Amino acid sequence: MMRDNMKLTRRILMGAAVGGYLLSGAAAMAKTELTFWSWRQEDKAFYQDIIKKFEAKEPEISVKFETYAPENYQTILSTALAAGRGPDVIQVRAYGNLETIATPGYLLALDKQSVPELANFPDSALAAETVRADGKVYAVPFATQTMLVVYNKKIFKDAGVNPPQTWDELVALTQALKAKNITPFANGTATAWQNETIVAALLSSQLGKQFEDDIVSGKANFTDARFVNALAKLKDISANFSPNFTGVDYPSSQQLFVAGRAAMFAGGSFEVANFKSQNPSLDLGVFASPVAKAGDERLIARYYDGGYAVNAKSDKKDAAVKFIRFLATPDYGTAFTNQLKNLSPIKGIKIEDPITQDVAKLADNSMSYLMLVRFRYQEPSGSVLLQSNVQKMLAGQQTPEQAAAEINKGITTYYKPFQK
Amino acid sequence: MPVSPKQARTLKHRSWVAFLVIPPIVFMSLFVVYPILSAFAYAFYEWRGLARGDFVGLANFKDVLFGPTMGPVVWNAFLHNVYALIALMIIQNGGGFLLAWLLYKEPFGFRFHRVAVFVPVVLSTIIVGFLWKLFLNPNFGLVNQALYSVGLDALAKPWLGDSSTALGALILANAWHFVGFPTLVYLAGMQRIPSEIIEAARLDGTTEWQLLKNVVWPLVAPSTTILFTLLFIGAFNWFEIPYVMVGLDGSPFGSTDVLGLVFYRTAFGNQSASIQNFGQGSALATILFLFIVVFASLLTLWLRRREIQF
Repeated sequence: MMRDNMKLTRRILMGAAVGGYLLSGAAAMAKTELTFWSWRQEDKAFYQDIIKKFEAKEPEISVKFETYAPENYQTILSTALAAGRGPDVIQVRAYGNLETIATPGYLLALDKQSVPELANFPDSALAAETVRADGKVYAVPFATQTMLVVYNKKIFKDAGVNPPQTWDELVALTQALKAKNITPFANGTATAWQNETIVAALLSSQLGKQFEDDIVSGKANFTDARFVNALAKLKDISANFSPNFTGVDYPSSQQLFVAGRAAMFAGGSFEVANFKSQNPSLDLGVFASPVAKAGDERLIARYYDGGYAVNAKSDKKDAAVKFIRFLATPDYGTAFTNQLKNLSPIKGIKIEDPITQDVAKLADNSMSYLMLVRFRYQEPSGSVLLQSNVQKMLAGQQTPEQAAAEINKGITTYYKPFQK
Repeated sequence: MPVSPKQARTLKHRSWVAFLVIPPIVFMSLFVVYPILSAFAYAFYEWRGLARGDFVGLANFKDVLFGPTMGPVVWNAFLHNVYALIALMIIQNGGGFLLAWLLYKEPFGFRFHRVAVFVPVVLSTIIVGFLWKLFLNPNFGLVNQALYSVGLDALAKPWLGDSSTALGALILANAWHFVGFPTLVYLAGMQRIPSEIIEAARLDGTTEWQLLKNVVWPLVAPSTTILFTLLFIGAFNWFEIPYVMVGLDGSPFGSTDVLGLVFYRTAFGNQSASIQNFGQGSALATILFLFIVVFASLLTLWLRRREIQF
């Protein structure tokens, strides 16, 4: 009897389990499931939260968020797209990297009819997600990045120094810090791309917007005195980088700054959130690259990280477009900015974090992060040239003139305005 | 029609052979032959991003070897592969031979050392790369700290940041990682030598050096053949240690660039600097593959001829 009862219970339980399974299967069938690929493993919690909000608004759509390591992302994505697969919604990069994916027709072109929210973005942000050849936008931009100097407020206060306005003040500041046995800049140059961020973070105000215009039009090239002189300034100030800086790679320089053993870090605004997460007690500030003489325009270098795009081969395009429209609203931009401490380019967002507010204020006055925005479409890319030649110059193996000449020579091989 | 027992046996035998042979052939064709052939085919096309464009014949090959942009980069990297091959031949294989001889003589604690020398080979290359990167850190790394502690401050350097030492540092890290492999292979080779030969040589009053040079070295020739060939292939496919320790760019300023890194950057792009060119990447991969196949075969043939049967 006892035994029969148990059998019965078991049967009922099993029946219930099977029924429940079938029911949930039916529910899933009615839903459109989107896959969404990203390289931002560290933002997973944020995206899952956003997806929950989206699913509450659009109950018939569900989104699956999947991440891949940033260094392999492009490769994995390329392979999947080339094989005719890939996710429905794709986090893509900008500029030249966007073109490699968008030009073959893997991404759905967007316009103000299909995505009215594109009006929420400044033109320069949309330009970052536009293919130059057809002038069409292929993704909803997600973040503004700026190159500037991050500094440790406590070290500055203890040493009795203030953020510099001019280059001379910066030089005086580094001397004051050194006299107190503090490493002024945590930076090192062993990781190639760090050289490009350092140039933009420290030299933008000396180069100036006019220099960028002249480069674009071909009125000037990279042998221009403005560029050579700026490089020479960088060479001088590099004596204040971390000890043995030519052998210090990116993670080591970050550690030096996070540990409070250096006063400044010349690099991206994206470092701030990273530094704070590793050491929440850090009190940080930011300033734009110092000007050559008082009265000059103070600039930071700006670019856009990438965007959210729709796979042109997806059979769930309508749902995917709904999702990226959701990612283009000021509400989303506000959540993105405040939770990730990463500046959204969407207009009309409300920023809570004071440092992000400072970054946003500085970003109002900017030039392009030049090599990425203008010269990362062909080989040798401006970035490859700048990174290796500045690295070589800072190692003392070539002069600023030689570095500038090498960079110019490489870009001239394909850049028409320089070929006159 | 009735089948004779003999026919049945043959049939059974044949299907057994087919059962054994067909799966690996299918597997090889699908995952080895097909990708190689398709990479070969890709190399003849122009690529716009990921989309295959027009047939361009040998243009990609020409660009890779002699183009103004790729040419100097590729030859610079090739030279570094050659350096690595020569240096590793001496340090890794030569060192392995000497270590094997020491172990062969069974000194005190040889059982422990036989295991110890092989342990780094078992470690993941990624771990070894990171470990050596830490050792070589200019400010808190073991190498410089050791130099400071014995007063050799002048020798301390930013090893991986100095263009004159970076490649050497990578080669040493690689040798540390893999020296156990030639050691073990040579040790096995030495243990195969009949002990009468060595005893006879000793009775004839050879010095240790003569014994090594005239008796042991020629008799371990089969080990040398396999080790030299594998090292040749490894040196031209070198990727993991440079990738982990200096990054995709062959930092600083190309002084550690090797063909594996150039291939990866070209075919897949370097996220923080460059864009991808599938056609040139495939062309480089094809050239590299043919080069390795041809030279590794020639090397094996040449090395085989000096092997002695005993």
